[in-house]
Amino acid sequence: MAGVVDCRGLSCPEPVIEARQALQQASGGSVTVVVSNAVARDNVTRAANSMGWQVNVEEDGEDFKLSITK
Amino acid sequence: MRDRLFIIVAGAAVGLLAVILVMQGNPVNMGFCIACFVRDITGALGLHRAGVVQYLRPEVIGLVLGAFATAFYVKEFRATGGSSPVLRFILGMLMMAGALIFLGCPLRMVLRLAGGDLNALIALPGYVVGVWLGTYFLRRGYTLGRSQEQSVVSGYAGPFLAIVLLILLIAAPAFIFFSEEGPGSMAAPVALTLGAGLLVGVLAQRTRLCTMGAIRDIILFKDFHLFYGFAAIFVVALVGNLFTGYFNPGMEGQPVAHVDSLWNFLGMTVVGFAAVLAGGCPMRQLILTGEGQGDALITVFGMMAGAAFMHNFGLAGSPAGVSPAGQWIVIISLAVLFVIGFGNIKARASAGKGKIAKAS
Repeated sequence: MAGVVDCRGLSCPEPVIEARQALQQASGGSVTVVVSNAVARDNVTRAANSMGWQVNVEEDGEDFKLSITK
Repeated sequence: MRDRLFIIVAGAAVGLLAVILVMQGNPVNMGFCIACFVRDITGALGLHRAGVVQYLRPEVIGLVLGAFATAFYVKEFRATGGSSPVLRFILGMLMMAGALIFLGCPLRMVLRLAGGDLNALIALPGYVVGVWLGTYFLRRGYTLGRSQEQSVVSGYAGPFLAIVLLILLIAAPAFIFFSEEGPGSMAAPVALTLGAGLLVGVLAQRTRLCTMGAIRDIILFKDFHLFYGFAAIFVVALVGNLFTGYFNPGMEGQPVAHVDSLWNFLGMTVVGFAAVLAGGCPMRQLILTGEGQGDALITVFGMMAGAAFMHNFGLAGSPAGVSPAGQWIVIISLAVLFVIGFGNIKARASAGKGKIAKAS
């Protein structure tokens, strides 16, 4: 299930929990996670990498758009 | 790998500075104690009148300003807030209540352990149980809701208040209380404590060091990243204490501590539980305050209110132990934490799947 996980305004670990659930459900393909702080950007990236996904970070105004693919 | 090295360096710096601050005058095993220091500031402002714990601790000022300067520099400063302020205030109160039962925040628990205080060895599993209870709710969709963009005035409030405290510390007007005896009178020189706070503020902002996250991330994700920093604090402080002669193993007669094991354990359970629900340990709340997060600042205000409450009503632990009223506070705090936990579970996509374990 590819889709967008909107984690703006959420602070860790919530974005990581949401992102992991989305990645586990998707199991492959691409998932986009939007976060609004650098901590969430770094933590979601680390979590996705540890699950074997590639992460591409794009700045989107004040937010970060993480394109996660496997 | 580079990140891991950095967080170990940050933890090591905290451990080393803690040993140095004690050598230079801070109370023993209290090089850093965020709960104690916020409590001392609360007293210095006259919001509680426990004469032995009143001082405008420069470490706290330094932590906020160090984090602020760093966040500003790396463009991570962002004025946000508005995520369940009332509950965050209460969680701050409860976190402080638990810490003042045990006599230390999680950071001081680690430093007490590194000084040989075996009461902290009993508190540590209590803390882990508290964090585990918090993760029970996180797994089931606990959230305090999204924060919103706030005006820059809101973001600057925390750093501004830190500067006001610094001015009050230097000017020392008559209406500010400074302890003449007890732990509040014991302090390393201002320049040193302020500098230590600033340095740790910088390092903690960059590494996201958090004594609660260290345990939480292991339980939730088997992620040891933050734990490396937590462990580094302990190892370096332990070695430092061994070298400087401050290592004194035992339970009885430990500095600013008591031997009521049950309440040491449960006090830290309250702290761990509240810290997970609030999203950060007391130190982390100060760092986030520096980053412009109003949600963290209101948690710090809650901690101050908690300190005033605990001391004005004689509920805080003391070297004599924990009073029956203080014991009730622990029980009530745990009950309130369960209410906040159960009351803020929102449905996530996959929440509710699997077997729901009993809460207690």
